[in-house]
Amino acid sequence: MVVGSVAAIGAGLAAIGAGIGIGQIGKGAVEGIARQPEAANEIRSNMIVAAAFVEAVALFAVVVALLGNG
Amino acid sequence: MTFRSIKSLLVKTFSVFSLLIATQAFAGENHTPATSEAGAVAPAAAEAHGAKKEGDFNVTETILEHIKDDHSWHMWGHVSIHLPVILKTSKGFEVFSSEKLVDEHHEPAVYKGNFDYKLVEGKTKIVDAAGNVDVEASKQLWDFSITKNVASLFISVFILLVVLLTAAAGYKKTGVKSAPKGLQSFMEPIILFVRDEVAIPNIGAKKAGKYMPFLLTIFFLILINNFLGLIPFFPGGANVSGNIAFTMTLAVCVFIVVNLSANKSYWEHIFWMPGMHWSMKLFLAPIELIGVFTKPISLMIRLFANITAGHILVLSLICLIFIFKTVFASAIAVPFAVFIGMIELLVAFLQAFIFTMLAAMYIGMATEEHHHDAHGEAAHH
Repeated sequence: MVVGSVAAIGAGLAAIGAGIGIGQIGKGAVEGIARQPEAANEIRSNMIVAAAFVEAVALFAVVVALLGNG
Repeated sequence: MTFRSIKSLLVKTFSVFSLLIATQAFAGENHTPATSEAGAVAPAAAEAHGAKKEGDFNVTETILEHIKDDHSWHMWGHVSIHLPVILKTSKGFEVFSSEKLVDEHHEPAVYKGNFDYKLVEGKTKIVDAAGNVDVEASKQLWDFSITKNVASLFISVFILLVVLLTAAAGYKKTGVKSAPKGLQSFMEPIILFVRDEVAIPNIGAKKAGKYMPFLLTIFFLILINNFLGLIPFFPGGANVSGNIAFTMTLAVCVFIVVNLSANKSYWEHIFWMPGMHWSMKLFLAPIELIGVFTKPISLMIRLFANITAGHILVLSLICLIFIFKTVFASAIAVPFAVFIGMIELLVAFLQAFIFTMLAAMYIGMATEEHHHDAHGEAAHH
């Protein structure tokens, strides 16, 4: 049971990191689009790619947490 | 303007697969009140233990059972396809139905062939008369079974062949100058998207053509397996792209292609970084060398983790119904599962795109022509 809760803390920390990361990306993208609405499509697709990278790191942590749990 | 193609592509994938997801929700609601089965595949264990299992529903066990590979493919209710087991031992090959490895209660049973075989934690092992695993003999055992993942891979290869050969036949008949028709007009934007958004910006227009077959192969293979994995019933439901062996094979292919096509300046940048002081060069070489291996490893883990996490998320939402032990929990769980399913559609496309784009980026890095006067100067200061 102790192992499970430690893994859960790890997954939670990973979620915090990813939240900050994706938040920054979203902030940057929205600011960029506000300044240059004509570049919106390009910014949006780059934003999605960057968000996928951040999300992937969080998912690495989730996988490690799951392995630790199992 | 160029990225409008992404948008239109996303709209297309959404519209096609929202249909399928609608059926997923339907299937979920159908299943839930009937028996204690979660999703569609795992009723075997639940039914086997009957009343005993009803009391303590093990979420982790159920979810892991759904995302792992299996020897049988559950269809509905008590019906499932028993896939063939193909074993190579010291006495040669042996083929039999996986039905013989389980008894009527879906518990592992001993099958007497050339040796006595039994499933131990999902893996086929040779056991002795007392039922204990014979470690020495099991080392000689090679399992070539057509498992659920392998069967699903055959299905996706079949779909890909039909779709792509049909589109290719269209070009043979009408030529490349005339407007595409039917399936052709569905495939052409996707292929052009891979060429214009993925290959050319990363590899360069001159060399991109050489790598297009490879990039398109990975893109469509990952895409079709991601989508098949999201379908909760028969032709889909296998967790192929969430299987680390599958993603590892793709990553190894990328590793081989990148390193075989690498030119001199790529290796120079790894072992003897130009434009640096010699002590810095010594320091950077091992780091860059590790980078050669971490790139495909990160490709492998990214795809595996994203798809597996998506499956776990949908399954745990459906499992909420069994945790709360009331049908009314499905009022929250099923819409949420549909919502996550929608996001997973985006992720399915995105991960295929990201994997292909990173592969193209690595190939581009390996084949890039460097102008040496660009660095070099810094070294003399």
